[in-house]
Amino acid sequence: MLDKHQIAKRIARELKDGMYVNLGIGIPTLVANYIPEGIEVVLQSENGLLGIGPFPTEGAVDADLINAGKQTVTMLPGASLFSSADSFAMIRGGHIDLTILGAMEVSEEGDIANWKIPDKMVKGMGGAMDLVASAENIIVAMQHVNKEGKSKLLKRCTLPVTGVRCVKKIVTEMAVLEIIPEGGFKLLEKAPGVTVEEIRRSTEGKLIFEGEVPEMQF
Amino acid sequence: MINKVVASADAAIAGIEDGAVLMLGGFGLCGIPENCIAALLRKGVKNLTCISNNAGVDDYGIGLMLQKGQVKKMIASYVGENKEFERQLLSGELEVELLPQGTLAERIRAGGAGIPAFFTPAGVGTEVAEGKEVRAFHGKEYLMESWLKADYAIVKAWKGDTAGNLIFRGTARNFSPMMATAAKITIAEVEELVPAGTLDPNEIHTPGIYVKRIFQGSGYEKRIEQRTISKN
Repeated sequence: MLDKHQIAKRIARELKDGMYVNLGIGIPTLVANYIPEGIEVVLQSENGLLGIGPFPTEGAVDADLINAGKQTVTMLPGASLFSSADSFAMIRGGHIDLTILGAMEVSEEGDIANWKIPDKMVKGMGGAMDLVASAENIIVAMQHVNKEGKSKLLKRCTLPVTGVRCVKKIVTEMAVLEIIPEGGFKLLEKAPGVTVEEIRRSTEGKLIFEGEVPEMQF
Repeated sequence: MINKVVASADAAIAGIEDGAVLMLGGFGLCGIPENCIAALLRKGVKNLTCISNNAGVDDYGIGLMLQKGQVKKMIASYVGENKEFERQLLSGELEVELLPQGTLAERIRAGGAGIPAFFTPAGVGTEVAEGKEVRAFHGKEYLMESWLKADYAIVKAWKGDTAGNLIFRGTARNFSPMMATAAKITIAEVEELVPAGTLDPNEIHTPGIYVKRIFQGSGYEKRIEQRTISKN
């Protein structure tokens, strides 16, 4: 089983040189710590910043410079600042190459739910609905099962959805999976020490695998 | 040149009555109009509709207006990190319209730009689409969203001049430039107010035409929600 840092590290391997990438709150933010050597990506924050740098040192904290998770950040050389309208024009206009975000549930059709649990919790969708409706390439970082051990990779989402038929790839503590166009979770890689049978038991939606499933490389 | 300068936050919010529709700039607590929010708390106006990306936190920003029961309706995109907001929402005390963040930004932009409606892919197939027209363009479905306007827009800028021109700083810009265009009366509080002609026209983010009242704020706390530090 992977911890959240290992999930982030595995996702970082999906980055390609020159990509403009939007990282969601939570595990996706950690991806920035594992960008592979020799690869340069530009990170976008939907509150109006391209070129997010590392967290600031104590003396460099600036209240006017935060990411979408409201964390203090810095800017890299070449960074730019813009309004929320410009930021979402960038997103809806298809200029962001890769979106990485968290989820509470994903369906075998690629639907995603991550903003609301009726009568219990409402966070709001923030920028997630715009991102999932517009991005060509969406990777979800999530837990395969909930605290009670129930699958979060479902036939159909039970929670209100954030977007439909949009997720392309999922990285969990157990596996890397791809949503195939005809519906279903195609098992691409398994986490070290995890068996295909364990992944099958933890996946409520249709799991598809062929032959020997390779182990994840970091 | 018309002088738009008012003496204080209290003077700036003159005319805001119960039931007013307000737009308030800021993303989380970044770039919120601290001085005007304090003045609205002092004035005690009620039944407000507040359009703002977030609702502050429990004990700061718009969160303070929620605590005092001044807000009837909130139009926002994200309400996490605010327990009182979530409580009032779940209990039904507060009317809430949650919108995708890009839709919120674009509805405000449209309001200021004279575009009554537009189509966006955000929210297709979700609760957000309920009751809205869906139309296909080039094989993909889009939702119709309408413009948003307000009685007053209240924004905070880094620098401003007596002609109402504004320059924002860092990510404190966020929704403020669009909000400034979408209200009958736009109020700007700035960290530094200078005479017209001092700011470089090339650097202006919000042209003065949109701003009716401006003043130099004071005592900015600029509270940070997530102080995240790296060691080296």
